[in-house]
Amino acid sequence: MIPAPFDYRRAASVDEAVSLLTEHGDEAKLLAGGHSLLPLMKLRLAQPTVLIDIGPVSDLSYIRDDGGTVRIGAMTRHHDVAFSDLVREQIPLLAEVAGQIGDPQVRHRGTIGGSIAHGDPASDLPAVLLSLRGTLVARGPGGEREIAADDFFRGFLETALAPDEVLTEIRLPAVPGVGWAFEKFARRAHDWAIVGVTAVLSNGSVGPGVGLVNMGSAPLRAAGVEEALRSGSGAGDAAARAADGTEPPDDLNASPEFRRHLAEVLVRRALESAGA
Amino acid sequence: MTATETPPAAGAGAAGEDGGGVVGQRMLRKEDARLLTGEGRYVDDLQIPGALWMGMVRSPFAHARIGSIDASDALAMPGVRAVFTGDDLADEWAAAMPCAWPVTDDMKAPDHWPVARGKACYVGDIVAVVVAESRYQAADAVDAVVVDYDPLDPAVDLEDAASDRVVIHDDLGTNKSYTWTLSPDPDAVDRAFAQAVHTVSERYVQQRLIPVAMETRGVAVVPGVYGGDVTVYSATQIPHILKVMIAATCGVPEQKLRVVAPSVGGAFGSKLDVYAEELIAVALARRLGTPTRWTEGRSENSVATIQGRGQVQHMELAADGDGRVTAVRARLTADMGAYMQLVTPGIPLLGAFLYHGVYDVPAYHFECTGVFTNCTPTDAYRGAGRPEATYALERAMDSLARTVGVDGAEIRRRNYIAPDKFPYESVAGLTYDSGNYEPTLDRALELVGYDDLRAEQQRRRGAGERKHLGVGISTYVEMCGLAPSRVLASLKYAAGGWEAATVSVLPTGKVQVVSGATPHGQGHETSWSQIVADRLGVDPADIEVLHSDTALSPHGMDTYGSRSLPVGGVAVAMAADEVIAKARTIAAHQLEASEDDLELVGGDLRVKGTPTRSMTLQEVAFEAFSAHDLPDGTDPVLTAQVTFDPPNFVFPFGTHVAVVEVDEDTGEVDLLDYAAVDDCGPQVNPMIVEGQIHGGIVQGVAQALWEEAVYDADGTLRNPSLIDYCVPSAAELPSFKLDHTVTPSPTNLLGVKGIGEAGTIGSAPTVINAIVDALAPLGVTDVAMPAHPERVWTAIQEAQGR
Repeated sequence: MIPAPFDYRRAASVDEAVSLLTEHGDEAKLLAGGHSLLPLMKLRLAQPTVLIDIGPVSDLSYIRDDGGTVRIGAMTRHHDVAFSDLVREQIPLLAEVAGQIGDPQVRHRGTIGGSIAHGDPASDLPAVLLSLRGTLVARGPGGEREIAADDFFRGFLETALAPDEVLTEIRLPAVPGVGWAFEKFARRAHDWAIVGVTAVLSNGSVGPGVGLVNMGSAPLRAAGVEEALRSGSGAGDAAARAADGTEPPDDLNASPEFRRHLAEVLVRRALESAGA
Repeated sequence: MTATETPPAAGAGAAGEDGGGVVGQRMLRKEDARLLTGEGRYVDDLQIPGALWMGMVRSPFAHARIGSIDASDALAMPGVRAVFTGDDLADEWAAAMPCAWPVTDDMKAPDHWPVARGKACYVGDIVAVVVAESRYQAADAVDAVVVDYDPLDPAVDLEDAASDRVVIHDDLGTNKSYTWTLSPDPDAVDRAFAQAVHTVSERYVQQRLIPVAMETRGVAVVPGVYGGDVTVYSATQIPHILKVMIAATCGVPEQKLRVVAPSVGGAFGSKLDVYAEELIAVALARRLGTPTRWTEGRSENSVATIQGRGQVQHMELAADGDGRVTAVRARLTADMGAYMQLVTPGIPLLGAFLYHGVYDVPAYHFECTGVFTNCTPTDAYRGAGRPEATYALERAMDSLARTVGVDGAEIRRRNYIAPDKFPYESVAGLTYDSGNYEPTLDRALELVGYDDLRAEQQRRRGAGERKHLGVGISTYVEMCGLAPSRVLASLKYAAGGWEAATVSVLPTGKVQVVSGATPHGQGHETSWSQIVADRLGVDPADIEVLHSDTALSPHGMDTYGSRSLPVGGVAVAMAADEVIAKARTIAAHQLEASEDDLELVGGDLRVKGTPTRSMTLQEVAFEAFSAHDLPDGTDPVLTAQVTFDPPNFVFPFGTHVAVVEVDEDTGEVDLLDYAAVDDCGPQVNPMIVEGQIHGGIVQGVAQALWEEAVYDADGTLRNPSLIDYCVPSAAELPSFKLDHTVTPSPTNLLGVKGIGEAGTIGSAPTVINAIVDALAPLGVTDVAMPAHPERVWTAIQEAQGR
């Protein structure tokens, strides 16, 4: 299909993007990699009248070691995250997840910031963010602020970002050597997960963190599982609580009942694989 | 010259007189260089200055009366030239949209107009047409047309539609269009079931499939500047048939019409049709005096282009104590969709004769009732009726095996038609040309390591493992090479089944082949070049194949039904042989030798024993061109035109075996291995054959595991986009193990059979049989297609009483 008519603007810097967002308000959307937004526009499910392309913003693509924290620029492509030596050593869960998003074309265009700002419960990266209790950095007309992962996802495709804010950086704790696992249950290699699980075991200061993909209207953590792990439960018992507090969607791929069942199976497999 | 008699098969290989060896080679395709470098010219690529673009306003309701249509907002939008409703265009049509196969004398079908009038009968039904200066302006204006609908209760489910709770076409009074029966001896069938030691009675559902050709449809109609001629460029498989139908429906004088299929990006039967958009484009181009064009979007294609399959099947087998099948009873309810398209009612009947397949069955009953629903019309999709037949039979044979207590391979061995029975007169009234089924089973089982798999399966079962191994078998035969025209007449199909070919040697020695076949991925330019190269002794690079344009190739019956090689390629070979015969006559005259003393070696006609007395084919062609010294009775120009009407269908066959692993905890099915041993007679180009089989297998496996057009209760298609209409990619599939046997057909001089659909025909039951085999110890006896994880998991829970 063909998108509804829109104007196109290019922003060469974050400040320019912020001022364009302020100027155009609700009618504007940022365009990063485009692989979440453009399909919606082609189906006319999203009809922004102004697209602000931040592709030219070159200083938002980086992966930095900040002594115990890894800082990733919002425009860093999934491919670069997946193949980064730093990420593979310090947060192997993130490298693994980024490397399984979509297909190679998607991974060379899609960005970590774009995916997280989109706030889709079916995306994998929000679950990683929640498992690791990361922090987002956003810049708006009033300056910069930090948002905790747990405060970021508000509802279906709804985040804590204000309409005139640009997500600039994702900060995640370095967890080298900590047990982790990623279970992605999908019909085809390039599909979104029917249900997915990201798991990070505890190292004393971080974890346990278990994120769920496609188990609700927003990205969420498996709070019941985490509580069980903290109180010493084994993988099987903790996994029995996988669906606590979730309202999984009912769609062409699975019913809520089947998703709840899958969540238990996948959480158990993830925890066993991570070494719980 | 028309040939209706054929000499016996030439046997393996189709070598020319000099034993040439291009046929049988894996020659790289002549088509590929341009296609792979972006030099293909699809309809959407055509540059047509001044063309106007159509956008279709489609009903969002499956069943609704059409009230007022307000186009005022649309007409005010930039670039919009006009908006037409069904009533506006009523006078454009000389006839309603054609159905070429009224399968019974009492078949009920509604008038089908290109733009709906009064009532919309499926989501996607065109209710108005926007014409604008660009495709984008047309798309935006479509959204601005306001249609007042009065929604009606739809009939979406096939069995609900068959109950006539809601009647779709008021003038028909029922949704049941026809019942067609093939029952040579009903008493024999009844006796066989009454006396049977074992019976199988099962219900299967053939889900609707979306053909998903890589290129969506498109059309561009260019009216001539003077003289009323009309050129139609369409992404079609059937330019010749389309030309006749456009003349009949739009009232264009047929001699003024030219239809061209440019590069066509796949079809699988979905472009074997006469579509509303093509007819509307012709009508508007003539009315507006301007080139008029349309390109289909992907989600649009899912509802606007025909869908495949759509049946509920009741399959019964009667068998003796040894599991030898004594009767087959197959009863289908077939989903026509909202209207008849070109071949809609006949598709299920293309399988009617094959519900006993490769098995020697003495009693047979087939019946099919076609039923309208408020969904997209169905029509031909790869295999067209034969995958459905093979599925029902091969699933039922596995059930029979379990009932009898033997394994799937053994039940088949006990029932195969023996190799010495060919040509085989089937109980359904067909004559299978040739066949030898058991070796394909043996080889396919060998390729997957069947005995080791059974041992591993046993080991896992003993150890209580939760990843279950399963093996599924399917042996198929299919009827293709459509078709003897007289047989089509007896079935009430309106067109013929011949094919035409012209071979010309040009004065400079190059060769031109004109074929009535219409390739859209099949590689005919390559295959026909190989056939002619061998026969004439010329280099394939010196041969040009012209096709798909009614101005260049005026006669043909186009490409579908795996007919192009066994009918069209044979016509090409016959024309080449006539060219050789004429060349002999000319050379004999000029060399003052007798024709019997001449041999054609490497492109030269020479006197046996005196090789210095010779003429090259090029010299002969020039002599024919200049006509200075031709023998009496020989006309100028070294050319021959042949139409070949095949005396029978051809019957390719094979055995496919699938190996799956089913995860008991998630229902996930992993296809671990797949072997296919197919027989299409001698292979002209083994690489092309393998490509056809690979693609065919994927589409059958896709039906088994991934694809389904899902309709909700309102008749809305829930998965029109490729995000959730699950076409599998290479990442989902193992590398297939292919092998072949060669059992020539005695019905044509090349001995060849078709292969384009065979892969799809054999594959779907293979996978489901494997899943059921894997889960048999858990009590699972059936999983509906597609066997997605939740379906498999639910089948396990139910079988286990959870």
